[in-house]
Amino acid sequence: MSKRVKKWLLGILGLVLGLLWLFPFYLILTNSMKTPKGIFSSVIGLPVNGTFSNYTQAWAALDFIRSLFNSLTITIVSVVLICLASSMAAYAIQRNHSKVSNVILMLFVAAMLIPFQSVMIPLTTIFGKAQMLNIPGLIFMYLGFGASLSIFLYQGAIAGIPEALDEAATLEGAGHGRIFFTIILPMLNPMTVTVAILNIVWIWNDYLLPSLVLPQSGYTIPLQTFFFFGQFTKQWNLALAGLMLGILPVIIFYFFAQRWIIKGVTDGSVK
Amino acid sequence: MLKTKSKAYWLFLAPALIGLLLVVIVPMLLGLFYSFTDWNGLFFTKSVGFSNYVAAFRDSGFLNAFWFTVKYAIVVIISVNVIGLGLAMLVTQRMKGANALRTIFFMPNLIGGLILGFIWQFIFVRVFAAIGTALHISALTGWLSNPQTGFWGLVILTIWQMSGYIMLIYIAYLEGIPQEILEAAEIDGTTPWQRFRYITFPMVAPAFTVSLFLTLSNSFKIYDQNLSLTNGGPYLSTQMLSMNIVRTAFTNNKLAYGEAKAIIFFLVVAAISLLQVYFSRKREAHLS
Repeated sequence: MSKRVKKWLLGILGLVLGLLWLFPFYLILTNSMKTPKGIFSSVIGLPVNGTFSNYTQAWAALDFIRSLFNSLTITIVSVVLICLASSMAAYAIQRNHSKVSNVILMLFVAAMLIPFQSVMIPLTTIFGKAQMLNIPGLIFMYLGFGASLSIFLYQGAIAGIPEALDEAATLEGAGHGRIFFTIILPMLNPMTVTVAILNIVWIWNDYLLPSLVLPQSGYTIPLQTFFFFGQFTKQWNLALAGLMLGILPVIIFYFFAQRWIIKGVTDGSVK
Repeated sequence: MLKTKSKAYWLFLAPALIGLLLVVIVPMLLGLFYSFTDWNGLFFTKSVGFSNYVAAFRDSGFLNAFWFTVKYAIVVIISVNVIGLGLAMLVTQRMKGANALRTIFFMPNLIGGLILGFIWQFIFVRVFAAIGTALHISALTGWLSNPQTGFWGLVILTIWQMSGYIMLIYIAYLEGIPQEILEAAEIDGTTPWQRFRYITFPMVAPAFTVSLFLTLSNSFKIYDQNLSLTNGGPYLSTQMLSMNIVRTAFTNNKLAYGEAKAIIFFLVVAAISLLQVYFSRKREAHLS
């Protein structure tokens, strides 16, 4: 087989697979703009008399602005806290060469073995007793669950920063707080991007934990989608418009941060 | 150098450490303790020994969920890894649009499992049915309404979601293979299969350990997709482990019993992860 024929075949294979992968997106996008009749008469074709009214109805039923706001608040605050707390802890562990630090690091790493399902029952009852089944409580839980992997990743990055740097700064009279926040933390930026991306993707999409913790006023996009879907299963046109609204923020984020997302996800799993 | 006795050391550690203790360690220990009692979420009156565990192993719903999850995990591991590696080999070829393809294949991975399940519910229930009716293929109608199509529905959804993720891992290793070696082998007259078998395959072997265990532990812990695609139905035939535990504890309010199941679940998932650590260590030792 000549090289050119091979190139052509590969190109066609890529095109076919790419379209196949995109097909589900095409289906929900086109059907979200059809009337119930339109979906019934042709589910695969383009909308004949496209309508946006599904979107206005779904927007209202999803309480979209509020659920978007809840999702953004929870994700942003949790991720900032995880990045700060984990980099600080990793710094303490990495720059202290004692058995205590080894044990603490082992504790964080060992905790990664514990699946969420194994702690969720006592966790929700404890937080329930403390009146913490709300957004602040959820954010604190994300800190506890997210710290392990983040510390593990940060610890590797800090090991690559020579300790002589800290020592020089100490000689200049800087305290640990200043050394960490003005010298170390900025140098960790590439790792912070990775840690942030991994946690954003997880927290933004999480359903089970918030479904056990949040009151209705705190519903995030996945939670609101679940309840919305229960109301509209028979009305696919509205349900699909709701799903489109739900994935839109993710698509926009992916569009702008694609390079970092792919790098972050790769680094997080290969390391 | 931060001294263990210094205030700074503990201040730096405190936020993450307190979080871990209150959110993971304490609930885990309490849960372990409760699983041996008749705890109902508020109080417990007595120790019940292993009876929650014995009951779990006699609970046909739990056992069915267990086997369903194992079957699902096996099929997913094989298909996601074969397809993920295939996609990775495709997009690392020098061709137009390779980067766009990467972007497209990975995209589903960013969408939450809950929304993914609803998207595919529409495809299986409405689109499959429409195509089946139009082309008179009865195998395409009635999807998700019996255990077999429910199973394959979950598998197809997972392939669409996870292949792109696993592809990224294989790409990381494939790009580490020096192009000259492959070209030299080609000039020497090797077949594509020989190049795959003797060059590519050994070079991406470490990626297999990572990817196999990632898919394994992911498919064991799955919940959202299960909830939104089949909701465990019909008649709980597609209920997976996670959903069984959630329902035992929060729908049927048997908290101690649910926790015992959750501890069994922990032992299985932890054993899988420890096996992974063991295998990657062994491989690293082998290489060095």
